[in-house]
Amino acid sequence: MSHMSHSTHVTHHTDDSKTTLGFFIYLMTDLVLFATLFATYAVLRNNTFGGEGGRELFNLPFILVETMLLLTSSFTMGLAMLALHQRRKTQLLVWLAMTATLGLAFLSMELYEFGVLINEGNSWQRSGFLSAFFVLVGTHGLHIAVGLLWMAVMGVQVVKRGLTGGVVRRLGLLSLFWHFLDIVWIFIFTFVYLVGAA
Amino acid sequence: MLGRLTLDALPHEPIAIGAVVGMTLGALGVLAGLTYFKRWKWLWSNWLTSLDPKKIGIMYLIVAALMGFKGVIDAMMLRAQQATGVGDNAGVLTSDHFQQIFSAHGTIMIFFVAMGLIFALFNLIIPLQIGARDVAFPFLNSASFWLFAAGMILVNVSLAIGSFSAAGWLAYPPLSGIEYSPGVGVDYWIWSLQIAGLGSLLSGVNFIVTILKMRAPGMSLMKMPIFVWSCLGSLVLIAFAFPILTATLTLLSLDRTIGTHFFTSTMGGNPMMYINLIWAWGHPEVYILILPAFGVFSEIVATFSKKRLFGYTSMVWAIGAITFLSFTVWLHHFFTMGSGANVNAFFGIMTAVIAVPTGVKVFNWLFTMYRGMVSLTVPMLWFLGFIVTFTLGGVTGVLMSMPAFDFQVHNSLFLVAHFHTMIIGGVVFGGFAAFNYWFPKFTGYTLNERIGTWAFWAWLIGFLLAFVPIYALGLMGATRRLDRYDASMGWQGLFIVAGIGVMVIMGGIALQVLQMIVSYRQRHQNRVGGDPWDGRTLEWSTTAPPPHYNFAVIPTVTARDQYWESKHHKPVAKPVYEDIIMPKNSPAGLFIGIFTGIFGFAVIWHIWWLALIALLAVITTIIIRTSNDDTEYVITAAEIAKHEHTRLGHAT
Repeated sequence: MSHMSHSTHVTHHTDDSKTTLGFFIYLMTDLVLFATLFATYAVLRNNTFGGEGGRELFNLPFILVETMLLLTSSFTMGLAMLALHQRRKTQLLVWLAMTATLGLAFLSMELYEFGVLINEGNSWQRSGFLSAFFVLVGTHGLHIAVGLLWMAVMGVQVVKRGLTGGVVRRLGLLSLFWHFLDIVWIFIFTFVYLVGAA
Repeated sequence: MLGRLTLDALPHEPIAIGAVVGMTLGALGVLAGLTYFKRWKWLWSNWLTSLDPKKIGIMYLIVAALMGFKGVIDAMMLRAQQATGVGDNAGVLTSDHFQQIFSAHGTIMIFFVAMGLIFALFNLIIPLQIGARDVAFPFLNSASFWLFAAGMILVNVSLAIGSFSAAGWLAYPPLSGIEYSPGVGVDYWIWSLQIAGLGSLLSGVNFIVTILKMRAPGMSLMKMPIFVWSCLGSLVLIAFAFPILTATLTLLSLDRTIGTHFFTSTMGGNPMMYINLIWAWGHPEVYILILPAFGVFSEIVATFSKKRLFGYTSMVWAIGAITFLSFTVWLHHFFTMGSGANVNAFFGIMTAVIAVPTGVKVFNWLFTMYRGMVSLTVPMLWFLGFIVTFTLGGVTGVLMSMPAFDFQVHNSLFLVAHFHTMIIGGVVFGGFAAFNYWFPKFTGYTLNERIGTWAFWAWLIGFLLAFVPIYALGLMGATRRLDRYDASMGWQGLFIVAGIGVMVIMGGIALQVLQMIVSYRQRHQNRVGGDPWDGRTLEWSTTAPPPHYNFAVIPTVTARDQYWESKHHKPVAKPVYEDIIMPKNSPAGLFIGIFTGIFGFAVIWHIWWLALIALLAVITTIIIRTSNDDTEYVITAAEIAKHEHTRLGHAT
């Protein structure tokens, strides 16, 4: 057999529906991972071991700003997808950059919040509650960081290759990933911050 | 510079030194052989970089077999210790060594032997049975295998550098916490499972999509071979259970490395939560292993009874029910934790309820044989042995589902005997049945029946000798993981019988090796076509071994036992070939495995700079590979016609 290069007249092997389904199932497995961390947090959230709890530690207005940044970034990701469907490359890049900036701002605020807590002696080593808090919120933050790296890679691909089939498919997955993280954050905002500060 | 790694990490005990020297010499021998016979290029392009699920399946099988040998030798040492460690006699092993061995035995047997076996089956059989040429994500499949292999290598490295966990195969805290296990053993355990588990999870996603999206035209879900259904159940469990393992192992390693308090006894941690979490994964894991074995037996019993499977629909519902129920029983592993009578009652009842769909399956198999033309081939012998052992294990399982009874035998050898009955009598027998059944499909010749029969009887008798005494010992009060006891307990005789049983099993393994050697030497006499057993499902419709594209023409499915139907009812039309697109080989999966293995090793030894470099290497490999759009090649219709012509000329 000969190793011929990919030719366009043959139907593509990795059709998009398979990739999308596969990625969706991956997201569900990720959701189970988060569910495990949520359950852990629920078990440990009162185990402050004499330290401060959520009511004393959480700065709700600060978290609200953080939340708004992430929600807006989901909106701009949606606009990027609209631009993608209209094949407007420049617009796509602008919205993608906007999303990345908002995501970066979100992540910076989260790291700042972590820094403040650690400096006040409330690190993950302080109590079971803080361990669960840092790991749940931090895992989400890690996902955001992966999303940002992915955005950077996609930005380069859009500029270098244009909107080829592969690039379009991967942008679709990236958008799914980003919205998924948004949904997880809404649960964190509700069950960790709102319930915790109440 | 090297974190916790110093020269002290090298082995000191004679047994360990012997094992390490043996392993190193073996590895060097393989490398020298490859160089001498100039097989490096062959190894690289035909195996290491291959994305063909048949090749990957065989590699899973090789890993599982190698690790199986190690696991059995561990078992021998454990039984040797228990047969001799009586009264003032210290026995052959030190306590610490004994603890490492039982931890390694359990870890290896479940994660690398049983899981390796079922991933081999997924890779080898699912695409062929659904009439597909490939899996949904061929590259991901290769990466999954190499992650699995990296985990396996980490376990073995622990023999040579440092030590393995001595905290049991599930490493309960606080024993597995940093305070009581300060060495690297538990870290080896965590990272080898974490890395292999990641591979399993990705594989799970991959094969779910393969089954849902790549079935041959006309194969509705209810026309799928029952083996594929049982795999789908297993795969759904993998997708939902393995993330729990990933999270739990992560939390344990955070407790050990950065000082969090998830499972510590102080500072607000909760060790009981670990036991809940690990069994929320661990119980589904049992069904992840056994469901594919059920599928294997369903195929075998139908084929060798020359009848369609009895009660296909009820079989599918039983698989579905087991899949669901397996998530509702985890607490029966620790009734003694003290969750209260109501909680224990709920989980006890749910556990007993699982016996119902399992019973449905047993009766379906028996009714499939009823009035069938049963031929007692080797796979069929394994099936019959399975029915006996599995029923025995099932009955003891239902016994233990009653919390009141469980309180008596919790952590006793009765439990050990129970789960070995299920896993050896179920999963391992299923693996051997599958091996004898599908071997000719991938090699073109059958395995020697006579030696196969001897091996079966050696295994069955050895198994009963090895584990019936263990049940008795459990009821007499012997606890698990026991390396020394007083002579007045009167246990030594039974332990010696159990040890003899292990030796009979070793005889069975030797016969299996002999069976393979003899079969290989007689391969020209035993050459068979693509359909040696008068099979029913699509994998038998292609040649043996199948071409790398599996099917020259994708079959169209109209019935459940499609191949049986088309053999008996339809005239064979002249095939019309079309271009086929296949994935190109890729070394990226291998690289991901290697870098992840290095990452694991570096984290275990706290060599942080190396961990960072390895992590960056993994990320870079992923970015490069996923940015590549030129991953496939085309085989033209003319080439296939030519290829098929020569192949069919040989095969039929």
